[in-house]
Amino acid sequence: MHHIRNFSIIAHIDHGKSTLADRLIQHAGLISARDFHDQLLDSMDIEQERGITIKSQTVALPYTGTDGQQYVLNLIDTPGHVDFSYEVSRALASCEGVLLLVDAAQGVEAQTLANLYAAMDHNLEIIPVINKIDLPAADIERVKEEIEIELGLDSSGALLCSAKAGIGIDEVFEAVVKRLPAPKGDPAAPLSALIFDANYDQFRGTVVSCRVFNGSLKAGDTIRFMSNGACYRVEEVGVYRIKLEKRASLSAGEVGYIIAGIKTVSDTRVGDTITLDSNPAAEPLSGFKEPKSMVFSSVYPIAADDYPDLVEALEKYKLNDAALNYQKDSSAALGQGFRCGFLGLLHLEIVQERMEREYDQAIIMTAPSVQYKFLLKNGTELTIENPQYYPDPTAIDTAFEPYVRISIIIPERYMGAVMKLCTERRGSNSRFTYPSTGRIEVNFDMPLAEIIYDFYDRLKTITQGYGSFDYEYLDHRPGDLVKVDMMVNHEKVDALSFISHRDNARARGLQYCERLKEEIPRQMFKIIIQGAIGGSIIARSTINPFRKDVTAKCYGGDITRKRKLLEKQKKGKERMKMVGNVQIPQKAFVAILKSEKD
Amino acid sequence: MQSSNPKKTDARASGLYIHVPFCASKCPYCDFFSIASADMIAAWCASVCRELDLYRERFERFETVYFGGGTPSLLSAQQLGSLMEHVRTRVRIATDAECTIEVNPDDLSSEKARALRDPGFNRLSIGVQSFDDLLLKFLQRRHTARQARDAFEHAAAAGFENISLDLMYGLPEQDWQAELAQAISLQPGHVSCYQLTIKPGTAFFSMQQEGRLQAASEETLAQLFLLTDSLLAEAGYDHYEVSNYAREPGCEARHNSRYWQHRPYLGLGPAAHSFDGEKRWWNIDSVPDYCSLISSGSLPVAGSEILTPDQLRLERLMLGLRTSRGVAREDVGAGGSTLAQLEREGLITLHSGRIAPTPRGMLFADRLPLLLEDGVADNSAV
Repeated sequence: MHHIRNFSIIAHIDHGKSTLADRLIQHAGLISARDFHDQLLDSMDIEQERGITIKSQTVALPYTGTDGQQYVLNLIDTPGHVDFSYEVSRALASCEGVLLLVDAAQGVEAQTLANLYAAMDHNLEIIPVINKIDLPAADIERVKEEIEIELGLDSSGALLCSAKAGIGIDEVFEAVVKRLPAPKGDPAAPLSALIFDANYDQFRGTVVSCRVFNGSLKAGDTIRFMSNGACYRVEEVGVYRIKLEKRASLSAGEVGYIIAGIKTVSDTRVGDTITLDSNPAAEPLSGFKEPKSMVFSSVYPIAADDYPDLVEALEKYKLNDAALNYQKDSSAALGQGFRCGFLGLLHLEIVQERMEREYDQAIIMTAPSVQYKFLLKNGTELTIENPQYYPDPTAIDTAFEPYVRISIIIPERYMGAVMKLCTERRGSNSRFTYPSTGRIEVNFDMPLAEIIYDFYDRLKTITQGYGSFDYEYLDHRPGDLVKVDMMVNHEKVDALSFISHRDNARARGLQYCERLKEEIPRQMFKIIIQGAIGGSIIARSTINPFRKDVTAKCYGGDITRKRKLLEKQKKGKERMKMVGNVQIPQKAFVAILKSEKD
Repeated sequence: MQSSNPKKTDARASGLYIHVPFCASKCPYCDFFSIASADMIAAWCASVCRELDLYRERFERFETVYFGGGTPSLLSAQQLGSLMEHVRTRVRIATDAECTIEVNPDDLSSEKARALRDPGFNRLSIGVQSFDDLLLKFLQRRHTARQARDAFEHAAAAGFENISLDLMYGLPEQDWQAELAQAISLQPGHVSCYQLTIKPGTAFFSMQQEGRLQAASEETLAQLFLLTDSLLAEAGYDHYEVSNYAREPGCEARHNSRYWQHRPYLGLGPAAHSFDGEKRWWNIDSVPDYCSLISSGSLPVAGSEILTPDQLRLERLMLGLRTSRGVAREDVGAGGSTLAQLEREGLITLHSGRIAPTPRGMLFADRLPLLLEDGVADNSAV
């Protein structure tokens, strides 16, 4: 156990986290330069494109210290977005220390600070690392000063490196060994291992990533998940060395994987404790939370014929994403589909993109909603997460909407703009703390519905990217809610309806009317788009018909080109949904998601 | 009211198109392939004759011959005569064939008009474009309105009974109604009225990009289209294709109608397209390359495609819905409710197993195929 170190790298986006991880892997000799391609840990296309980590991965790095001793350094990667903050916390809980990466040119930024707090919450040892020191714009002295003043850390111990150029990597390894504590734990005690991730493997079933705190386990043992009592017989244990590498056992202090005939990742829960069925631990490790869907949206195939394909694709997708919940749903406008629950809006977007890219599904997702609760006059309670099931307004006694506590950390200069944004979005009960000079943490209670539209985008815009943002669910509170129906040529499109606070209904209805006007192509007839509460119209826009659609000349030489154009339009039509007599493009259904134009 | 030819048609006969890629100068609106140089006319003439020889086995009988351009009237009567003679000796041209040549008014002296009778041309398509001298300047044409009228008189005097006038509308500050009245006063058998279309690669396109030329609005063009239809209808012309009007049955352009009826045609010359009912191919758009390929004994083909049954059907719809003849009901996938709706809207008519656009429907000729093509479009109609 003395020769094990468990650590994560935490950083503001683009400060070089993935590059440093890659460099450590390469340096440890786990992969030859020939096989090396950038950013090994972010293996999904979408992760590389967005520069964020969605599924965390882990790797055990062998290292021979300057003391001549052999060490195993377990690098536990963490997802990088607010929707996945719980997953981040479980990964950090599996570590003893972190490398806090700061860009030598950019200096300390919003997420650096947020990350630092997360690490401090877990009482982790923190090693500041200044990266990109080879950049012409690097200003090491200034960054050190920021580390002292803004982060309150001793900068004399800050490491200097360039992950890209391979400078200072040895020092990073050595610091991990010398400055991070070895894990503690009792190999002889009953098993307690923390699940911090799970991945689905087509051939082997669920591969559970865990950190063993006490005890040990080996193939043949029967393990028990403490949250639900489910038991499985262990088929194999091992460690991550880019590929899975089998081991005889895993014991206290180690990080590795378990394969135990677990069919889907949904059967495992991140944060759960694994123990032995025969000799269980008295208590689970602290901090377990059930994943909670915060945002809901319905998914439909564009062509009704594709429904069976969608069923299959969702089943496959779900194998590897325990946070996605779904159940059957149907819409008068869009037919058979599924109502899905997501951790947040980014999670929703990721699911949408992966369904399209990896599972080749042309899907429509409806505007996202949150979960509302109603106390009806007859005394019954009702919970809905789909505007379609909004109860008869006359039967409602009180409507409740979910509130979250938001936390925004910003440089002081953005204070005014952020206050304004939060107040506009019905934020209340504000509180301010000053975690360090020049920085302010703003807390508000805010309806979740206010942040699922474009709040994060707006925040990023007004703080020029300096705002870090986090939220947690508080409770459901009474609110003056209305359901807004959207109508296209006087036909109600259930999949476009939404629930809103009464004060915002008109503005949002108008915004949606305008958005749809931009997204729906002109057709041969006038299209009227309306938003209505009950029988009264609150918003309206009109799409004028085209007056002609014909080319003057069509002779022998024009025919092929003209046919190809028609074929292209035909293809475009396949991505449209017919609602009444209007063709609505797929993207119109989520148009309301998009940020307002500034 | 149908443009189908009442005469006996020969199923195996084709249309022959000969592309004359020479112009005295390039017009700023035109994107047809041509070069503003006469240097290669002799080489081109020889190559076209050889190209025809290369196709003799596959195309041997023709019902129509069409010299298009470019500016076919740049060729001398003698050059045209020897070309036609070569054609007649190598392939069979029907005795009642329609033989058209496009002419520019500035080329059509009374001598030239008479000389064109000898090789057997029986139809002239005169590129009048406008009867307004200012607009002719704007279009950079080399003739005046007066010359255009004279050209028509020369053609009529030379014995051409089948004369077509090409006109353009949607031009800046144009009195289209007055221009159309002038055309009607000449009583041509056929009129083609094209709305100005600004195409990439033309001088007008660059002018539009630079903001020096503004195309008429969609609304204006739609109104002018309907105005043209009603004025020519009053004057007794049948609107048988989007841009084409015939004064009496039999005056329809038989050669061009082949395109719209999806019937075979052989195109000779650079950039010419051919279609044999299933395959389409097109020639290289360079005069020197065309000539050198031919002289090496190769076909000067730049590309080709074999059409699938679906593509053939889509083309039949796309082409047929440009004409008052319309399309066969069996080519239309859309159900009865779509058709009924489009008919109620006054965009199509249904009779004797065919679906045809009304003049107003022709305004949407590029959209109708998508609406009528399949069952999916069933409720997408008006």
